[in-house]
Amino acid sequence: MTRLNKTEKIEQSRRNFLIGTVGTGLVMAFAPVMTAYSSESAATALNKKRFSPTVWFEIDQSGSILINISRAEMGQHVGTAIARIVADELGADWDKVSIKHVDTDPKWGYMVTGGSWSVWQSYLPMSQAGAAGRAVLIDAAAKLLKVQASDCKAQNSHVVCGNKSISFADIISQGSIDRTYSAEELALLTPKDPKARQLVAKPSNALDIPAKTTGTANYGIDVEIPGMVYARPLIPPTRYGSTVLKVNDSKATKVKGYIGYEILQDPSNILQGWVSVLADTYYGAIQAAQAMNVEYQAGETANVSEQDLIDEGEKLVADKTSGGRFVDYGDINKASSEAKKSIDAIYKTSSVLHFALEPVNAVVEFKDGICHVHTGNQWQSLFLPVVAKSVGLPDDKVIIHQYYLGGGFGRRLAGDYMIPAALTAKAIGKPVKLVFTREDDSRFDCIRSPSVQHFAAYWDSNNALQGIDHAAAAGWPTLTMAPGFMPDSVDKKTKVDSFSISGADHWYSLNNHRVRAINNTLAQKTFVPGWLRAVGPGWIAWGVESFMDEVAHAQNTDPVDFRLNLLDAKGKNAGTVPVAVGGAKRLAHVLTEIKMKSEWGKTLPKDEGLGIAIAAGQERSMPTWSACVAHVRVDPKTGGVKVLKLSSVMDCGTVVHPDGALAQTEGAMLWGLSLALHEGTAIQEGQVADTNLNSYTPLRMADVPELDISFVENTEIPTGLGEPGLIAVAPAIGNAIFNAVGARVRNLPITAKAVKALI
Amino acid sequence: MITFALNGNKMSTDAPEDTPLLWIIRDEFGLKGTKFGCGIAMCGACTVHLNGSPVRSCSLPISAIDGGKITTIEGLENKHPLQKAWVEHQVPQCGYCQSGQIMQAAALLATNANPSDAEIVNYMNGNLCRCMSYKRIKEAIKQVSSSSTSVVEIYDPKRDSILVDNNEQGVV
Repeated sequence: MTRLNKTEKIEQSRRNFLIGTVGTGLVMAFAPVMTAYSSESAATALNKKRFSPTVWFEIDQSGSILINISRAEMGQHVGTAIARIVADELGADWDKVSIKHVDTDPKWGYMVTGGSWSVWQSYLPMSQAGAAGRAVLIDAAAKLLKVQASDCKAQNSHVVCGNKSISFADIISQGSIDRTYSAEELALLTPKDPKARQLVAKPSNALDIPAKTTGTANYGIDVEIPGMVYARPLIPPTRYGSTVLKVNDSKATKVKGYIGYEILQDPSNILQGWVSVLADTYYGAIQAAQAMNVEYQAGETANVSEQDLIDEGEKLVADKTSGGRFVDYGDINKASSEAKKSIDAIYKTSSVLHFALEPVNAVVEFKDGICHVHTGNQWQSLFLPVVAKSVGLPDDKVIIHQYYLGGGFGRRLAGDYMIPAALTAKAIGKPVKLVFTREDDSRFDCIRSPSVQHFAAYWDSNNALQGIDHAAAAGWPTLTMAPGFMPDSVDKKTKVDSFSISGADHWYSLNNHRVRAINNTLAQKTFVPGWLRAVGPGWIAWGVESFMDEVAHAQNTDPVDFRLNLLDAKGKNAGTVPVAVGGAKRLAHVLTEIKMKSEWGKTLPKDEGLGIAIAAGQERSMPTWSACVAHVRVDPKTGGVKVLKLSSVMDCGTVVHPDGALAQTEGAMLWGLSLALHEGTAIQEGQVADTNLNSYTPLRMADVPELDISFVENTEIPTGLGEPGLIAVAPAIGNAIFNAVGARVRNLPITAKAVKALI
Repeated sequence: MITFALNGNKMSTDAPEDTPLLWIIRDEFGLKGTKFGCGIAMCGACTVHLNGSPVRSCSLPISAIDGGKITTIEGLENKHPLQKAWVEHQVPQCGYCQSGQIMQAAALLATNANPSDAEIVNYMNGNLCRCMSYKRIKEAIKQVSSSSTSVVEIYDPKRDSILVDNNEQGVV
């Protein structure tokens, strides 16, 4: 949450909004408030480029509107959603709108695409920017038309007053515009009345899709720079602490096009014991790398196994003194000591790969003292300073040029893959295109850490549930990659990775509730834990929502009615304005909706079952309210699970780009299914055991069930959708398996063997 | 020296004969629409047509294509009905696998203009979509397969390639 607030602050710090004629067009831009030039007009400041204004959009004399997008495009069609927010307020003709994904010039502000935040964070500032632009165009048009501005409206890129009308293009050609909105003035602008919307929440096609059907969309891996050579890295035996003892390239010298190798010395310490192998083709680099003989001194984690990590997690959750309190409500110790009945359970998840289909890669060129990095990345602002440190340049001498991402899923929040390219290019004095093979990519992945969770529930003598004690241990992405974003625990004794424990602070009202977030230090030493789509809630909810069913069954109540009873929206669960308006009531609403939609309680054939789970990801400060029902059939002979149907009801407030929202939810739910039944690897001798599709087996078309997805219609502030659809799927499947055959599975992925053993 | 037709144009390469076709297409001839995903012929992102049949170019040495006709996503020239259907159904998310998905689907319809659901799934199951756009891929294929008689004409199974006009102009 600290990170969230920090990011928000960065995004919405005090800025003026300038609208002015520049050359023959109109530019609308945010700019920091600077005293030295404060007396200048908007047009003067924009023309003189006094202070690198953050240009958001511009309109040329032909009426073409260009909206600059600082968010990474990785399949979520984010540029389309953001552009439609601006264009709707502006009164623009959508056909005249285009978008551009920008580089890392500091003027764009803090650049991160993750957390399902993009639309949520952009909605208000982009609405206000669009509204300011509309007001200025209307004022200019009113003068040209000799009418009152208050009688005019903007629509379809025209300002209209009665039967008079003038196009944006003509306004810009004929008038000179010069207007500054202060941050305070801008803050007074509110988004349009939802009834007046022309684009937001209306059907539309995504702007990035056509190029993705013709092979012309440009990804990081497609970049070529004149004079570049190719490189493939050799990944050392451990993530940390490996050193290169000896390199023998005698066999590599026989490979056509082999150039040589570099032992990489990395001042940022991200790479420890790396060698890159160079050739004049990428296939040459692959082959030469295979032919290299490198002797390493491996780091201390060379023998760590998945079981070691799980054992460590089990030890940590059992130790009541470990970790930091993330939730500490009521008095769970009292509830425990006075309990007349209790149950407890351990839930686990295995290591998981991102497996973005485009292997990580970067092209780096040093030119005129600037280090140019060409790649697709989700969090440029996090790794730009790391690249700078690696190559010994100040931050302002590094530019990351953005391309389409061949999958993000959180992998590309880490920009570590830029470092070997940058160091190699620096070492050889030529542009370098460094591409990881699939196996390299898997071995260098910042995997989703294996996890262990312990739950205990306590009832009093009246068989009334008194509280739940929860402990969760895993490797923490934020601790390694962005420790400054970790908030204090509630007892202020330590820091916790809120992104890794999010979801444990659920919206159920319990008299007593404690959550301990525990870092698995062995995991932290062995690999870089990554943010994987849905991050903490993606595995926390596996435990929380499965255990909620266990609690419901333990007191012989229907799992849906049990949940509804706890979703009273009282106290801290009442919700806050504007993002979590309604609080747990909205969660109860989606649960009620799915109860009807899924015909909960209907009679099913033998060995079939429905399972329910709910979620409010990604965080309490940005809840997308969701409920999921899985319909499964279990083969009692083999334990094999077939998911027949997944249904969900999502409430993300205003659905800005409806088809994009549906696509994201389809993808997220199938990810949830894939993580539940199809994906999982293990750490073996300090590295991931499965590095390619011969043994790592994400969901394929044949395993896609029927999907039934609906969105609650309302006009609240939009919240995110990239991840939330994933969260409830695995526990819904687990709960359905229990309802089908009575087997309570507690480990992800769910294997036929595990189910069979429980029947 | 290996000689072949790439989207109807005669090409030759001096690359080592074991070089996978993928790198020749992408890095020697600059057609970047065909993608590198797994390198072991199991994701389908690198799918192109060799004499009308789908092949995984990441694992196909150029020695195997001498004298052959290669068609890549660029060779469809945005005229293939599947490409239109892909936009109508808003199929791509990140888009990285979609060239391969379209080429695989085009090969399916070239030999089976009206596949059943099971035939579609069976034929497409080797193509991984990490964004999991499978539902839309299937819907888009179904739309094309059931849309009109023109589809059957385009995919005349007697002809050896889906891009009849292009290949007739081919110089090999």
